[in-house]
Amino acid sequence: MAARHKSVETKYMEDRDAVLRGLRGLDRRTFLKVLAASAGAVMARSLIPPHTFQLVEVADAAPDKAAEATGMAGQPPFTFAYISDTHLYPRTVNQRFVRGAVKAVEDVNALDPQPDFVLFGGDLAQLGRREELDLGRQILAELKAPVKMMVGEHDWFYDLGDTWQEMFGPPNYSFDWKGVHVVVLMSVHEKDFWTARKMTPAERMQTVAGLDNGIQSRFEVGDDERKWLSDDLAKVPHTTPILVFSHSPLYKYYRNWNFWTEDAEQVQAILKPYKHVTVIHGHTHQMLYNQIGNISFYGMLSTAWPWPYAPTGLPPLTVQMNRADPFDQFDGLGDGRVNVRPDGLADKIYSLWDRNPVTVKADYLVSHGKVARPPAPQFASY
Amino acid sequence: MALRFANSRLFFILVAASAVVASVSLTTAQGPGPLADPKSENQAGFPSTLYSWVIPPDNLQTPAKIALGKALFFEDGLSADGKVSCDHCHAPDKGFTDQLPTSMGIHAQFGQRNAPSILNALFNVTQFWDGRSPTLEAQIEGPVTNPVEMGMKSTDDAVAAIKATPEYRKQFQEVFGHDVNFPDIERAIAAYERTQLAFDSPFDKFMAGDQGAISDSAKRGWSIFNGKGRCTSCHGWNPTQPLFTDQKFHNIGVSAHNANFVPLARKALDVLGKTGGGSEAIDKLAIGSDMSGLGRFLVTKQPHDIGGFRTMSLRNLLVTQPYFHDGSQATLWDTIDHYNKGGVQNPYLDGGIVPLGLTESEEDDLVAFLASLTSPEYADAAKQEYDLQFKRSRTERPQRDAAAANGDKGRGPGLAGPFGDIGPAQSQENPALLGGD
Repeated sequence: MAARHKSVETKYMEDRDAVLRGLRGLDRRTFLKVLAASAGAVMARSLIPPHTFQLVEVADAAPDKAAEATGMAGQPPFTFAYISDTHLYPRTVNQRFVRGAVKAVEDVNALDPQPDFVLFGGDLAQLGRREELDLGRQILAELKAPVKMMVGEHDWFYDLGDTWQEMFGPPNYSFDWKGVHVVVLMSVHEKDFWTARKMTPAERMQTVAGLDNGIQSRFEVGDDERKWLSDDLAKVPHTTPILVFSHSPLYKYYRNWNFWTEDAEQVQAILKPYKHVTVIHGHTHQMLYNQIGNISFYGMLSTAWPWPYAPTGLPPLTVQMNRADPFDQFDGLGDGRVNVRPDGLADKIYSLWDRNPVTVKADYLVSHGKVARPPAPQFASY
Repeated sequence: MALRFANSRLFFILVAASAVVASVSLTTAQGPGPLADPKSENQAGFPSTLYSWVIPPDNLQTPAKIALGKALFFEDGLSADGKVSCDHCHAPDKGFTDQLPTSMGIHAQFGQRNAPSILNALFNVTQFWDGRSPTLEAQIEGPVTNPVEMGMKSTDDAVAAIKATPEYRKQFQEVFGHDVNFPDIERAIAAYERTQLAFDSPFDKFMAGDQGAISDSAKRGWSIFNGKGRCTSCHGWNPTQPLFTDQKFHNIGVSAHNANFVPLARKALDVLGKTGGGSEAIDKLAIGSDMSGLGRFLVTKQPHDIGGFRTMSLRNLLVTQPYFHDGSQATLWDTIDHYNKGGVQNPYLDGGIVPLGLTESEEDDLVAFLASLTSPEYADAAKQEYDLQFKRSRTERPQRDAAAANGDKGRGPGLAGPFGDIGPAQSQENPALLGGD
């Protein structure tokens, strides 16, 4: 009979047939190689592919020429997880965000194998209070994997980072991980707008936490930290893949919401000599990715609320997620993983809690959208 | 209609069934009565526009086809043992269900899921609790060939069984212009099922302007339904879609009543990951083990669908008890208690499921509202069931957990201890009443 609606199964079978038809073009030897590589890669990462039959991550499994060229041949690829933008209030004020943060921790703890480490992307607290940061610290302490902390403006502007630094240490640092140089930046400095206005710490924090106000200044890495970054990178060969973690996107997306880093161009210039640079940032609470020159950018999901896309400035490479269901606390939120490939490029998995996971491949970004376009994260259709 | 998985829990289910619905006989097939007749479209609240959309162009409603479909719906010959017709589990006098926790097929075998009603099933965007079938026509093959339901070895066997009756061959000739075949059996039964329209309830009359159609308690319930109770976020009502369902799939923490739900889910995810897409492996697991509780996941293989089941309509609930996909809740109070405490915590719980902090009287009002969604032909039966459930709710409340509902304690693994949920502030006015009349 002619069905008016195609069921999930019907679409599944059609898609699978299409893939299998494509495979028939391969000779048996190649086919087996592809299959084995696919299974191996999937097993290695415990990946849940977008479609169960897809031969996912095949490209990653084959040691490629790029890896050899960067001198990374034989380097094991690695995976790290991320949790970002938990925006915790004290529990007595708001339990929803606590729930989101705990869910993310449970999610990441359930990964098998465990990631090498977990990046926390900043904005642990909502208004920078000790009670909020302490709650966040307790929740993150439940993570099985080691945590790399990054600071966000909501953690910082109540006491200009005193409590956060007391708990978590310096806000910018770097380390080497399996052949990749990792830099964590504090990218949310602002010019002093509060002293002249005689603002209290709480007023300063509230101002920074707001959108669309002309009082606060724009985020910046700042002269001192750019200098630190240059010095830090001075000893790193240009063939070494670079991973940068920053809270704000290191480019200019939408000024009025501070989806913005004022000195982005200068930071990009420091990173320019390196062959492969990936920037992972928080703050924007949405699926967001971009490519500028040699730099691939991925935004992280929040566990607290999803931002709508800004009215202008959205990078054209970003495939938008559709509007979140307002009744569903978890919709549009999530956590995720980053697979750093042997060649130093990084694929990003958006683990949306109430939608299908979406993998954005570095190939999509570095080809400027010519290959591997990620699917739009729709609600499951019927 | 919804049974799929082989089951060896017969004894347990029998005990549970008789305990839960002690007053209900296990013999269900009553034969067509007046309740089996096609329903008029002249009902308060009937969504005529929506109706025009859901009648498929390749299977238009005709009286002869509907009559044939009705005969087939009550045809025992469609089952392997000649004893189980569609109405065996979808009995008209029981709101087109069997009022059992899970349904009984041939040779007294029990499946794993609660029989969904045929009433208004024509408006469902997908069929079955897990939505694995897109249309009423397409779903029919499921129960007919399922070994624990009607048990036919193939659809060919079903066609042969129908062909054995000359009268059917004649009717198929008249309706379809050719001999019996399975797609036409499906068309005829689906056409009959599309006559089971269930509106015209006191609530429909209330929404049409009759202020006296429902009680004050039901009006308060409607307010809670749209506010503090958050019911409307999935069971929405509006004049063009007056169905009380979002047609989506949600994990509301029903499967997680079983302690093995989370390990099972992790195992399924593990299989999915390790086989690089083992759709077949999952299917094997699903049939060979107790994976029915994973719900929609078994269809889509997507992690967010773990433990997800279709949002059911709320009409005529007092003739379609017990509730949830596993028939695990005997009364509407138990069902609301489940939601009130924020479901049963599990890693795949839908984001909309949170502690509600409903009081006893608010729950009573909600049930009064749900009772007002009863179509007139079921009014007497529903009244009886309401009285039974009300009486029972005064003494037995297995799901009631006021501390969890009010957020005074953590709710199980992960959320226990210092991170336990806190509930809605009881000092605040009921938001459902703010801005209302």
